[in-house]
Amino acid sequence: MKKTMYEKIWDAHLVHEEAGHAPLLYIDRHLMHEVTSPQAFENMALSGRKVRNKHSILATMDHCVPTKNRNLPIADPIAKKQIETMANNCSSNDLNLYDMENPNNGVIHIVVPEHGFVHPGMTVVCGDSHTATHGAFGALAFGIGTSEVEHVMITQTLPQNKSKTMKIEVTGELSPYCTAKDIALAIIGKIGTAGGTGFVAEFTGNVIRNLTMEGRMTLCNMAIEAGARAGMVAPDEKTFAYIKGKEFAPDNEDWQDAVSYWQSIISDEGAEYDETVVLAAEDIAPQVTWGTSPEQVIAINAVIPGPDSFDNEIQKQACENALAYMDLEAGTALTEINLDYVFLGSCTNGRIEDFRAAADMVKGTKVHKAVTAIAVPGSFWVKKQAEDEGLDEIFKAAGWEWREPGCSMCLAMNGDQLEDGQRCASTSNRNFEGRQGKGGRTHLVSPVMAAAAAAAGHFVDIRHKSSV
Amino acid sequence: MKAYNNHKSIAALLNRSNVDTDQIIPKQFLKRVERSGFGVHLFHDWRYNDDASDNMDFELNKPAFKGAKILVAGDNFGCGSSREHAPWAIEDYGFNTIISTSYADIFFNNCFKNGILAIVVNKDVLTKLMAEISADEGTKFAVDLENQTITTENGTAINFDIDPFRKNNLLKGLDDIGMTLQQSDKIDLFESKQKQQLPWLWKTA
Repeated sequence: MKKTMYEKIWDAHLVHEEAGHAPLLYIDRHLMHEVTSPQAFENMALSGRKVRNKHSILATMDHCVPTKNRNLPIADPIAKKQIETMANNCSSNDLNLYDMENPNNGVIHIVVPEHGFVHPGMTVVCGDSHTATHGAFGALAFGIGTSEVEHVMITQTLPQNKSKTMKIEVTGELSPYCTAKDIALAIIGKIGTAGGTGFVAEFTGNVIRNLTMEGRMTLCNMAIEAGARAGMVAPDEKTFAYIKGKEFAPDNEDWQDAVSYWQSIISDEGAEYDETVVLAAEDIAPQVTWGTSPEQVIAINAVIPGPDSFDNEIQKQACENALAYMDLEAGTALTEINLDYVFLGSCTNGRIEDFRAAADMVKGTKVHKAVTAIAVPGSFWVKKQAEDEGLDEIFKAAGWEWREPGCSMCLAMNGDQLEDGQRCASTSNRNFEGRQGKGGRTHLVSPVMAAAAAAAGHFVDIRHKSSV
Repeated sequence: MKAYNNHKSIAALLNRSNVDTDQIIPKQFLKRVERSGFGVHLFHDWRYNDDASDNMDFELNKPAFKGAKILVAGDNFGCGSSREHAPWAIEDYGFNTIISTSYADIFFNNCFKNGILAIVVNKDVLTKLMAEISADEGTKFAVDLENQTITTENGTAINFDIDPFRKNNLLKGLDDIGMTLQQSDKIDLFESKQKQQLPWLWKTA
């Protein structure tokens, strides 16, 4: 029988299946951060159980860490305690932790690929919904809760129900001003934030093949915002080249066997998916969210919709609520919306390619006087690479703040946050009410769109760059 | 985990769709390393005014919903992050049952790890249940997990589906990890095969 990549990885990790029980799936790699793990460690200690495979775990500190004055103690005592608890838990269980001082530190979903810790065909979990990122390597990677973190630490398995499969095919030619972020937002706009619920999505088509590994990570990262359990891209030469030589990559002796195995997990030609969604790249313009859900998204040249733009009552009501929260009026052009803040970073768009693209746009501009713009590299590696290339100087010369790595204003846990009523163009992944600070208003965009908006003080259709 | 007992309780109505985990438990409360005490922060930004008084415009602050154990909510409840703090807050507040047409995947899993029964009903049923609450705020629903039924005071009786594995765990309050550990020999066997077939996965061990 012809099988999809998801089905092959599923079958290869099935430990046990019996009637009346959820199938037991083996987990190869377990990623951790400070927010969703402490209660799992505590429960494990209370039960007298132990970590089964230490080598399967890689941990970092990212959500609560300050992005400035890193040399000073964390001012927030509760955050400080959470960071200390993480350090203690990792040290007492002898786990590999990239702590705040470690030169490998950064956002978990940025750090893990940098070290080649995830390979094609693996099962990967983390107490974090954006674990979907690692599907870019052809791994089955998904977010779990804290009870499941404990379960995986102790048993290296999870009881799982099999998902349905969805093929999302993007073909044609993408405009040079459109990025993986725009593809992701366009997909969510099309299928909705619950469109992928119950599915594992596989992204296919020439546009996906042409994306860099960084672009594929951005795309898979946002699969969760479409409700999908995971997003995946079939591994290819780009994937293998990205992994080769990294710390946790297979060594020379095993390399050919590993590549052969990775090639074997690609979906069979003609394998059937439960659903197929097709997008034409030509139809994808730079995207901007206008509301409080990632599905409330429009092209840069569109106007803010009103309740009448929607057919069903729930969407009408959601539109009304979102317009009120976002303080926007139906019919307004996106280019007329003034901004207070711009955030460049996060596990969605905090990679070197994102900073290069944004720096290209920033070069020779000045941040608008009404705007505060912060650039937060996803990791110390990204920061160093950017600095080696002189990108930090470009940002600083334009009036951007150049910060230390962390999740920062993506979820605003570390003190980097919007004030009530402030409006932000953000390269992160969620525009929920209060996500970036109570009363804060978030518009999700790509790094280049964020960079252009920082200079103009409002959104810009970067396809007509003269207006920047 | 506490076993789920059948009960008849007030059903509170939160008629909003796409309620996300950032609303259920905002990020400022995720810094705590404890598992308990999140109930007071449930729906914090909607529930409290800036001066920390109760926002009486928020649905769940209605006196008629005080003591509710059942939460009836719109589509795609619990979307967003994987934070288990969301079901911890819901459970700590006093809810043990949620009724909606759909849930985000990770949130749905997390509920069942914490003794919360997340019931999926179709659109028509949800509309009917919501209408009954709107018409008589404070009305009670009886939930019978064994027989998979919801019965309202109006006499509406609804059957719901549930995965038999989840049902059994809820009814008995079973510890998932303990059950999985009963399969340890099979996990050992899987690992010994993987070590032979994909040895590079184990070289960092």
